[in-house]
Amino acid sequence: MASPGVSQSMAATEAVADRPTVQAPFGTALRALGHVRADIVGLTADLAKYTDVLPFAEAFPARFFNVGMAEQNMIAMAAGLAKTGLVPYCTTYGVFATRRAYDFVAIACAHSRLKVRIFAGLPGLTTSYGGTHQAIEDLALMRAVPGLTVIDPCDATEMTQLVPAIVDVDGPVYVRLVRGTVPVVLDPARYRFEVGKARRLREGRDVGLVSTGFMTDRALQAAERLAAQGIDAAVLHASTLKPFDAEAVVELAGSVTRLVTIENHVVSGGLGTAVAETLVDHRVRQPLTRLGLPDQWLECGSVASLQDKYGLTVDRLTEAIRGLI
Amino acid sequence: MTAVPTRDHPATVPTAVLRARAKSLRRHMLRMASRLGEGYIGQGLAIADVLAALYFSELRYDPRDPEWPDRDRFVLSTGHYSIALWAALAEAGVIPEAELDSYGADGSRLPMSTLDTTPGVEVTGGSLGHGLGVGLGMALGLRLAGRAARIFVELSDGELQEGATWEAAMAASHFRLDHVVALNDCNGIQADGRVVLDMEPVAAKWRAFGWDTVEVDGNDVEAVGDALRRSRERNGRPKAIVLRTLPGKGVATLERREKAHFMRVEPDEWAQFHRELEGVDG
Repeated sequence: MASPGVSQSMAATEAVADRPTVQAPFGTALRALGHVRADIVGLTADLAKYTDVLPFAEAFPARFFNVGMAEQNMIAMAAGLAKTGLVPYCTTYGVFATRRAYDFVAIACAHSRLKVRIFAGLPGLTTSYGGTHQAIEDLALMRAVPGLTVIDPCDATEMTQLVPAIVDVDGPVYVRLVRGTVPVVLDPARYRFEVGKARRLREGRDVGLVSTGFMTDRALQAAERLAAQGIDAAVLHASTLKPFDAEAVVELAGSVTRLVTIENHVVSGGLGTAVAETLVDHRVRQPLTRLGLPDQWLECGSVASLQDKYGLTVDRLTEAIRGLI
Repeated sequence: MTAVPTRDHPATVPTAVLRARAKSLRRHMLRMASRLGEGYIGQGLAIADVLAALYFSELRYDPRDPEWPDRDRFVLSTGHYSIALWAALAEAGVIPEAELDSYGADGSRLPMSTLDTTPGVEVTGGSLGHGLGVGLGMALGLRLAGRAARIFVELSDGELQEGATWEAAMAASHFRLDHVVALNDCNGIQADGRVVLDMEPVAAKWRAFGWDTVEVDGNDVEAVGDALRRSRERNGRPKAIVLRTLPGKGVATLERREKAHFMRVEPDEWAQFHRELEGVDG
């Protein structure tokens, strides 16, 4: 059933029966923020319907700007708006926010330390459209920009919390968008999102799973299955890729015998690389396996079959981790 | 010369006064470039008349309070024209004139390409194609805040080759940003020499994108001043002033020189340039 501001197609996560969901958590949270903060403005580049921003756009039409298919100009305008003291929340797809508008994100926003917030749809492998729409390397690109905060949230709970939590962060913020009908994985009563903080969601002694984005949902499910097979897996959810919570990773490494990173992104430049850097920088000797997308352009096809082919499903993750031990 | 910029438009400024300002800006630029031995002096001299008219007859700002929220904004998109901006900011009293001697030096606030951390600099220019879009965002933000400030965006003819410039040109008309004025400096050169991709007819392009456009001799300070005054009209359309300028303007030797994007000058040439600027000979 369609409702305003909610895209039904290509939901980020596969449906799990009997699990609560939230419709368009991003736009809903942004609308709530808009009511308490008059300095919030919204922008999109002809993807309002597909990035869950309509709840804000409909509530605050004078504070919402659709600039057409022009992502470079959207980010440039957002920088200008931020220069007048406003806090722009921009939406487009990850491929366009990064590959198309990179210079504008880096120089117009990050170099000038402006409070531009970019919400990027279709992160990693979440669309059937192939390489043109699959932002498989966005985290790597964005992590490389000095002064840019990079976040890959897990679910509706985290998206709802982070929209207001990032409003006053210095400099620009890049957030991977989970959109549409988004499951509640993290308990809203217990989980607290904080920029730069990873959260231990499950304790375990054998293997430490470090995951980001909605892959944390799958890491938790894989950990359940591994437990049934006698493998005790901890799960650390690192939604902020930059600044990275190195301390939490080092602490986890000290309590398990090996680490596995799990991400909806190529295995170079994203979470796996952040963890590898952490281990090297802190002289931690610990086996590390990086699970994620291969260094290649992915095929077109159904999201479910592609995620299975490229190893992002719970079945494939469980297999891969069990094979290590 | 006493600084006259105020928070209001000055009453009509005599052309002779603006010409004197322009000459003073050129003196500042020669001073900076001669200390360094190089720089974007051709472009700077070309745009001196535009900045003289802008800073001393049109722009509303307060040199004692460069962050005054209601100020008009001048966005210099071509960051490498910084030599001209430093001259204007010193002439206007925003930065001390003595600081011009630090142009391009290690640790200076006045680098070869602009940084928005320097007082009076609205935007870090230099990644060409950024200025117009950032200026539009400022214009939207100021309009939302109910401020009367206007936005003047300098951009070059070479910069018209950047696609993002035209994305912004479309958006300005769409959002009816009639308090935005594009100052399109057409000096006919770019990094590889004379303009490598023909951009003519420039004015017709702006008009086709919905801009209220005039074309003037950018080295005629009176004509530039008139165009700036006319751009105050709030008619729902963004304004473009196409400025035809001559690289090296005011220094005969440089006007005649093979047009160069980045000039190196021999130490013994500077005295001659100063004489030419002052009209002593040449």
